[in-house]
Amino acid sequence: MNSDQALPIAQGALSLRGVTKGYRLYQKKWGRAAEWLGLGNHHHMHWVLNGIDLDLAPGEALGVVGENGAGKSTLLKLITGVSRPTAGHINVGGKISALLELGIGFNADFTGRQNAAHALRLSGVADEQLSGLLVDVESFSDLGEYFDYPVRTYSSGMQCRLGFAAATAVRPDILIVDEALAVGDVFFQQRCYDRISAFREQGSTLLFVSHSAQAVFALCDRAVLLSEGRVVIDGAPRAVIDLYNAQVVAKSAAHGVTIQSLPSDDAASAAGSGHTEGDLPATVGSYSAGSARLDGVAVLQAGEPAAAVLADRPITVRARVVFLEAVADPHVGVQVRNIRGEVLYQAHTHGLGHKLGDAAAHEVLEVDFTFIAPLMPGDYTLTVGVAAGGKPGGAVERSLFRHQDIASFSLIRPPDDDFWDGIVNLRPQVAVRRMAESENGG
Amino acid sequence: MALPLGIAGTWAYRRFIFGSVSQELRARYTGSLLGVVWAFIQPLTLIVIYSVIFSKLMRPGLSGYDDQPFAYTIFLCSGLLLWMFFVELLTRSVGIFVQNGGLLKKIQFPRLTLPIIALLAAVSNYAIIMLWFLLLMVWTDFVPGVVVFGALPVIVIVAGLAVGLGLLGATINVYYRDVEHFTSVLTQFWFWLTPIIYPLDIVPASVRWLFEWNPIFPLVAAMQDMFLRGNWPEWHTLTYPAVMSLGALCLGALVYFRLGQDMTDEF
Repeated sequence: MNSDQALPIAQGALSLRGVTKGYRLYQKKWGRAAEWLGLGNHHHMHWVLNGIDLDLAPGEALGVVGENGAGKSTLLKLITGVSRPTAGHINVGGKISALLELGIGFNADFTGRQNAAHALRLSGVADEQLSGLLVDVESFSDLGEYFDYPVRTYSSGMQCRLGFAAATAVRPDILIVDEALAVGDVFFQQRCYDRISAFREQGSTLLFVSHSAQAVFALCDRAVLLSEGRVVIDGAPRAVIDLYNAQVVAKSAAHGVTIQSLPSDDAASAAGSGHTEGDLPATVGSYSAGSARLDGVAVLQAGEPAAAVLADRPITVRARVVFLEAVADPHVGVQVRNIRGEVLYQAHTHGLGHKLGDAAAHEVLEVDFTFIAPLMPGDYTLTVGVAAGGKPGGAVERSLFRHQDIASFSLIRPPDDDFWDGIVNLRPQVAVRRMAESENGG
Repeated sequence: MALPLGIAGTWAYRRFIFGSVSQELRARYTGSLLGVVWAFIQPLTLIVIYSVIFSKLMRPGLSGYDDQPFAYTIFLCSGLLLWMFFVELLTRSVGIFVQNGGLLKKIQFPRLTLPIIALLAAVSNYAIIMLWFLLLMVWTDFVPGVVVFGALPVIVIVAGLAVGLGLLGATINVYYRDVEHFTSVLTQFWFWLTPIIYPLDIVPASVRWLFEWNPIFPLVAAMQDMFLRGNWPEWHTLTYPAVMSLGALCLGALVYFRLGQDMTDEF
């Protein structure tokens, strides 16, 4: 145990130094017992985490992304202290609350109130605070009279509400949230996010583990990507998510794909093709399989290249693709993202029902995507990729090339636009009918 | 970073421990129509069966009590209830980490709270049953008097033995589930090798040595002495079980602290 080596650490801070976790695997069932008795070495190690260094300042919100098996859950287990690292040190400043699984340890035969009280005691709440916190749990979980019914009568959504309410009744110094939040109805999810945001405002540090890029963007100001037990990139959520998405694509690619994983200083503003032939695009999350590349992407309005475009007029994104070798059934895709990195739209020619025809080596194709972007005025980036082999259902077989954030444009509010707010202009039709006066005369 | 392995953090979790014990007792007694009655039906069934069968079959075995029809029942209850307390606690303890694996791998809390909850629940249960037993004794005119307090050290020794062996078994059980099965087999043999339903007198002298090794035997004998004969236990006979109990606790703690470090990796 490392408790004696714990250094003083600020309330809400978290520090991991060279944290490594391996599991012992035994070929023979008797191997472990033999080792207990000192009869030789019968295991080999399966390393899940390899030297993780991570520092969280108090109040910071860190998103942890990574594919299944990257070591995310193991990392959380080590930080919450249910498992210990094989090597390295973890230093936790203050009380941790972990939402790894909602409603864990609930006894179905007891009421919501009894279970909530039990869960609070399990998290170390003193008796004096208990009744006050139960009032809070009762109101937040919004279970009504069900709060005093046995939990076995609950729907799964109700159990989650109770679990979340009980787990977050006390504001922790460090809150760890696994994707447990993807439960319950949309209103309750909203309240969960609100409560997490409120904790953040009050100074709680957040560690958020997710596959969902949206949620990481919404909650985190920093992110790390875990891959094969290492931190591959630690930076702004946007760059981390880009690399993660590229990694997912690369995994499914049939042949070798090179990924750009070095964060460039101004990845987001790298408009235009900033690469030379054969080179990997400089933006994080780009990749290349060596069989195609982009020779420039332009944004045009009214036939002219434009950096600023009007939101109510057609925009054309013109991509010029150079094939380095013959590619059967190639397709070109485009993605529009906002300044936070949220994907607003993405599609490729196959999905849009177009065939480009087989491409010969050194052939150059120019593809236009023309659309109206009824979006909030602001800055948007374009990511363009090349793939091959359209499959039934609109998917493509192989990704060949992708240039993350190859171009950008600023959307300008049209002079006669309505006053609206949000992401997409839904242009609602408004109809008003004047009804008869209320009879009891309001 | 401190892992929740030791005893230090356990005191802070006393509310959780008491809450769990009361939950467990309530679950046992309030979930059904007959409630608390069920707690006695199981031992009562055994006692009635053994009383009827053995008091008829082995009358000469319990010498000196031929004129008292309830003597055998009192003799039986003294040993059997103690034994059932021992087995309940041992069996619960052996499974305690595996059964709570889901909780252990998700929530950080002192792990020793679990065996403590098992201990307190078993003790409470035993206390309730013993109250009924005392009522039975009053009703059958076997009033043992102040010597009943001699049962306290006996119970402490039995509890230590069960918790020590339980902690040992519980830790190994995380890695090898064989322990659970082995425990149920072991307790069967152990039961019949302890003079609980039969008095030691009927055991052939050639195998008595086997009983001398059994740490439960002097404890059961002490209970029988107290409740049937109204005698204080012969304290020196409790030395061996007390040493074994302490030894089991030390061994259990040693194995728990040595091998229990990474138990959550197995769930």
